[in-house]
Amino acid sequence: MPVPLSYSYRNLLTRRMTTVLTAGGMSLVVFVFAATLMLAEGLRQTLVSTGLPTNAVILRKGSESEVQSGIERSQASVMTTRPEIAVAPDGTAMAAREVVVLIGLPRASTGKISNAVIRGTDLKSLALRPQVRMARGREPRRGSTEVMVGKNVAKGFTGTQIGDRLRFGKREWEVVGVFDAGNTGFSSEIWADGDQVMRSFGRDAYSIVVAGLRDYGAYEAFRAGIEGDPRLTAETFRETRYYEKQSEMMAKFLRVLGVSLTIIFSLGAMIGAMITMYSAVANRVPEIGTMRALGFGRSSILAAFLAESVFLSLLGGAMGLGAAAVLNFFTFSTTNFQTFSELAFKFALTGDIILLSLGFSVFMGVLGGLPPALRASRLKIVEALREA
Amino acid sequence: MFLIRLIVKNAFRHTLRSFLTILGITVALLAFGLLRTVMDAWHMGVEASSATRLVTRNAVSLVVPLPLSYRERIRGVPGITHVSYGNWFGGIYIDEKNFFANFVVEPESYLALYPEFLIDPTQKNDFLRDRKGAIVGRKLAERFNWKVGDTVTLKGTIYPGQWEMVIRGVYDGARPDTDLTTLLFHFDYVDETMKKTSPSRSGQVGFFMLGITDPDLAGEVSRAVDDTFKNSQAETLTETEKAFQLGFVAMSEAILMAINLVSYVVILIILAVAANTMAMSVRERTAEFAVMKTLGFKGPAIASLVLGESMILSLTGTAAALALTDPLAQAFGSTLSQYFPVFAVSRETILIGLGAGVFVGLAAAALPAWRVWNTPIAESFRRIG
Amino acid sequence: MDTPLIRIRDLCKAYTRGDQSIPVLAGITFDIAAGEFLALIGPSGSGKSTLLNLIAGIDTADSGQILVGDTDIVTLSEGELADWRSGHVGFIFQFYNLIPVLTALENVELPLLLTSLTRHERREHAAHALDAVGLSDRLDHRPNQLSGGQQQRVAIARAIVADPDIIVADEPTGDLDRVSAQDILHLMDRLNTELGKTIIMVTHDQRAADAAHRVRSLDKGVLHVSD
Repeated sequence: MPVPLSYSYRNLLTRRMTTVLTAGGMSLVVFVFAATLMLAEGLRQTLVSTGLPTNAVILRKGSESEVQSGIERSQASVMTTRPEIAVAPDGTAMAAREVVVLIGLPRASTGKISNAVIRGTDLKSLALRPQVRMARGREPRRGSTEVMVGKNVAKGFTGTQIGDRLRFGKREWEVVGVFDAGNTGFSSEIWADGDQVMRSFGRDAYSIVVAGLRDYGAYEAFRAGIEGDPRLTAETFRETRYYEKQSEMMAKFLRVLGVSLTIIFSLGAMIGAMITMYSAVANRVPEIGTMRALGFGRSSILAAFLAESVFLSLLGGAMGLGAAAVLNFFTFSTTNFQTFSELAFKFALTGDIILLSLGFSVFMGVLGGLPPALRASRLKIVEALREA
Repeated sequence: MFLIRLIVKNAFRHTLRSFLTILGITVALLAFGLLRTVMDAWHMGVEASSATRLVTRNAVSLVVPLPLSYRERIRGVPGITHVSYGNWFGGIYIDEKNFFANFVVEPESYLALYPEFLIDPTQKNDFLRDRKGAIVGRKLAERFNWKVGDTVTLKGTIYPGQWEMVIRGVYDGARPDTDLTTLLFHFDYVDETMKKTSPSRSGQVGFFMLGITDPDLAGEVSRAVDDTFKNSQAETLTETEKAFQLGFVAMSEAILMAINLVSYVVILIILAVAANTMAMSVRERTAEFAVMKTLGFKGPAIASLVLGESMILSLTGTAAALALTDPLAQAFGSTLSQYFPVFAVSRETILIGLGAGVFVGLAAAALPAWRVWNTPIAESFRRIG
Repeated sequence: MDTPLIRIRDLCKAYTRGDQSIPVLAGITFDIAAGEFLALIGPSGSGKSTLLNLIAGIDTADSGQILVGDTDIVTLSEGELADWRSGHVGFIFQFYNLIPVLTALENVELPLLLTSLTRHERREHAAHALDAVGLSDRLDHRPNQLSGGQQQRVAIARAIVADPDIIVADEPTGDLDRVSAQDILHLMDRLNTELGKTIIMVTHDQRAADAAHRVRSLDKGVLHVSD
């Protein structure tokens, strides 16, 4: 015969102070747990949504990111003539040769220098990235030293508003527009004319070639064609896969850090739950004796106290998740270890993270509540009643 | 004395609960100490850098190179004793997770600039003579079990290809904070290969490392170097090695801030646990405190009983944590030596940990103590009666 | 007759439950002479415990006077009351209320911490008090190693150790078997006759009331003379 669940949660309501403190400790653990997972997920989402599945990115073989990559002009023209590449309305290949460099700019918040990505674009760069839209101002004219900045750059760095002049590569560049690429990595970039960027940085090679393929299935043939060409030392990626790879090291770091921290922290919270539940059992010895005398079995008592502990931890979990959900409205900005450039991304709360966090809090509740519940279930009826 | 004995007896009245509370405080403060030590380790590279070394890099950004031809012109700037150069090689050993720092440098001048790298003279000679030779720090050698004479292959990320080299020497550190996790090999080896495969990228260096006669000249020399290259193809930015390292740290600032914040969250977690213990203790002892008040003990005396009990629990946990922090940090440090060359618990960490312990003791007792102080006696009796 | 030790005048006390005010004592006036052994009886809720608490200075009256000697304790602040209690009142409770972690000797020593006695003097006084209640062989026992009657005797030793003039007892026999109860009442009688303590006792127990020299009964906050 099970003890009604209301017995378990009403007892929590009775000792409010203790319940709030214990659940409060747990909520902090769940908060840290959820927040780091949200951060890793936000980073992944941002980078994955940066790419399009029908786009292919070509880098020099072995280079980890476009910043390290280099593709000679002659090689680039071989790449852009592959038959798998879609044809633009104007009859030319839907491909762009881009050059990517990093420059240091002062951050608006701290004044410290952080790296920002300058993308020297080609004619088709914008067409290949339909997620990029002008938010304010206009596009830079081709062949000029005008630039447009992503919305996160405009927000995060000083001197990047429309009309401001940026100085890099021995030249001044006028900001003429702000573009919004949604929640993608492009929003953290500055776009300028590719030829102008190469000239001012004295570069002779492109960084990458981006190709819009005819359809999703054309990728394999394209890859085989590029990587099998003896004239080229290049690697291809689907654009989505390429950006996801960029997030892997950082996301893994965040996850490992977050999970190991929460495991240590959860020890504290579980101890808190154990203390609370031991005391709950000690204060209710005669009550337990009475219930046993009424005919409730050992396992029912065990279940009732375990349920009380799980309710407690779920309350903590819900509080922690509630606090973490508020983070959804914040943007986090840090240097991505793989590209060394500043990247802004949002905390992202997903269903998986909610389930994981609640699962984690139940886990804490069960582990913390089990020893006291076992003790309650092992009390001898007569001795328990005598304590009344 | 009598009251102190009473406090001690009260603190251990519920052996299990006291033990769990102390354990919780110990675990939390250990975590706190370790987190702070990790952050210190992060900043340690900065502390270890020499004030008599300057770094010159491309003003645009770290990843944009400078022409090697600048070397002679830099050497001409007064106050400079040595000029070395090199680049971040960023090679991968077998797998990405085996990450360690590896640089290509001009070996003779570089080692002259780093007297804290202690290396056997014969090994040093072998390294300087072998264009495909490399030297590694002691910790790195131990990590991969490398011996002098072993062949190591790095997969290039910045310089494409497989780069084979022979370990010619293992260096130790003259100071405890010397980084022993780095691999250095010849710039010429890489540059000559680049000349054949990708001529546009040869003769380019990532940085110049300058030795100066006097640390006080750092500002003057830096300006003189940068002025030399003003309005040329590649403008330079020269700063002390310390400032240069700080730039690296600043890049990961947001993460450091998050860790810092989180290290205080653990204090709050344990505060909740300790406050709960005190709240329960005091509630169970409502009658006893009422009796003491009846006998004529006043609010402050009773509150100090609660406070004393809380402090005993908290400080016992704190003492255990502080005693264990260093051994644990040592154990931790040896497994993480790939990321953190130096892993030592600072005095400051110990002091802040102690402060946190005192704070938890005080704060956990605050509300319960206030309650016993203020609850009228008759009401306490009524509550139990 | 001498001037009474305790003079109570128009004493009123009410409790509030929610927004209702429930009168407990409705203007009580009576005297207690020095050396008296008085029992207060009455049904539960009659206000007898409240009256006892007020006389003992652990609860505060709404209006009226409680003059003990020349001091009106109703006007004392909380701190002054605490000092007054430690000098003038000894307490005996129904559930003994000993501190479980302290030995019998330490429990009796506890009120002496508030005096200027040295540690040695304190111990001596405490041992002496325990001797007076017949527990000189139980000095180092903890409360849970003692029977109920023994615990109550430790409590009595604690009540007299600081040599107060007044002893208040709230149902001192309420939790004891017949023999132990008789024992305790006998002890209290000795305190009254041999040491001259003024004793005020609240009780339900007719035998306890019989042991007192004067009995007053309370009903609905009003005092009745019943002797």
